[in-house]
Amino acid sequence: MFLTHGLDIDCNELVELVTAYLDDALDPDTRRRFTDHLDLCDGCDTYVEQMRQTIRLTGALAADDLAPDLRETLLTAFRGWKNGTAPPA
Amino acid sequence: MRALRGGDEQAFAELVGRLTPSMLAVAAGRVPGRTVAEEVVQETWLAVLTGLDRFEGRSSLRTWVFGILLNIARTRGARERRSVPFSSAFPTDQAGPQAQAGPTVDPGRFHPPGTPWSGHWTAVPQPWELPENALLSHEIRTRLRAALDALPPGQRAVVHLRDVQGLDAAEVCAILDLEPGNQRVLLHRGRARIRQALEDYIHEEPA
Repeated sequence: MFLTHGLDIDCNELVELVTAYLDDALDPDTRRRFTDHLDLCDGCDTYVEQMRQTIRLTGALAADDLAPDLRETLLTAFRGWKNGTAPPA
Repeated sequence: MRALRGGDEQAFAELVGRLTPSMLAVAAGRVPGRTVAEEVVQETWLAVLTGLDRFEGRSSLRTWVFGILLNIARTRGARERRSVPFSSAFPTDQAGPQAQAGPTVDPGRFHPPGTPWSGHWTAVPQPWELPENALLSHEIRTRLRAALDALPPGQRAVVHLRDVQGLDAAEVCAILDLEPGNQRVLLHRGRARIRQALEDYIHEEPA
């Protein structure tokens, strides 16, 4: 019983909750213990920030180039579609 | 959308460039082999083009495209006689409780149980001093791409949809037919591995 009313979560537990925290999927009590911990712990604060940086950097991969041959195949298909279709009125 | 319907090749090329790598990653988890995955992606784009006039904008264009992709992959997977539901396709990286158990951060980085600081960092993570242009760094992109490609298929598909394409949790659950909790576990495990790959890279850089 006292566990659910604990004031603390350990660092090794906190790191497993980061994605739920960022998705706002923690229950209010766990969320409060999570943020209380972050306020006091530089290591976990840094870890959460690094997860945010990881997400931001991963998002930048969307702009990466496609393999040229596949790109060409798809554009050729597009031209075929375009030529076989009357333009919308 | 209007540009696409009007046959604007530039608009199509941009969309293809933005979505195709993630489509390949998602398809690769559903059908055997890179070649079949590429065929599924090509078939999807053809279906998107022929269906453009029927797209009513009730979902986002990306959600619509990935929905078509999954349908085609499902059909194709069945034809390849290798069809398995997504949630049981990768027994080693999802679904089973054992497969999902286990820490995402090396337990050696925390004080062991039974010691006064049990569960706390032995050495706290050091903040990353990423250069302003980190997003453009070829080296970082190469490392990120490699870490993403190395993820187990289920994690890779979810990380692509959530973090590369920026879809929200509900959209990804709908597209991949995942429970919210399972989606979150796959995403968390994938992100944690990519974070570790970035940390490894940053630490090997000369100060």
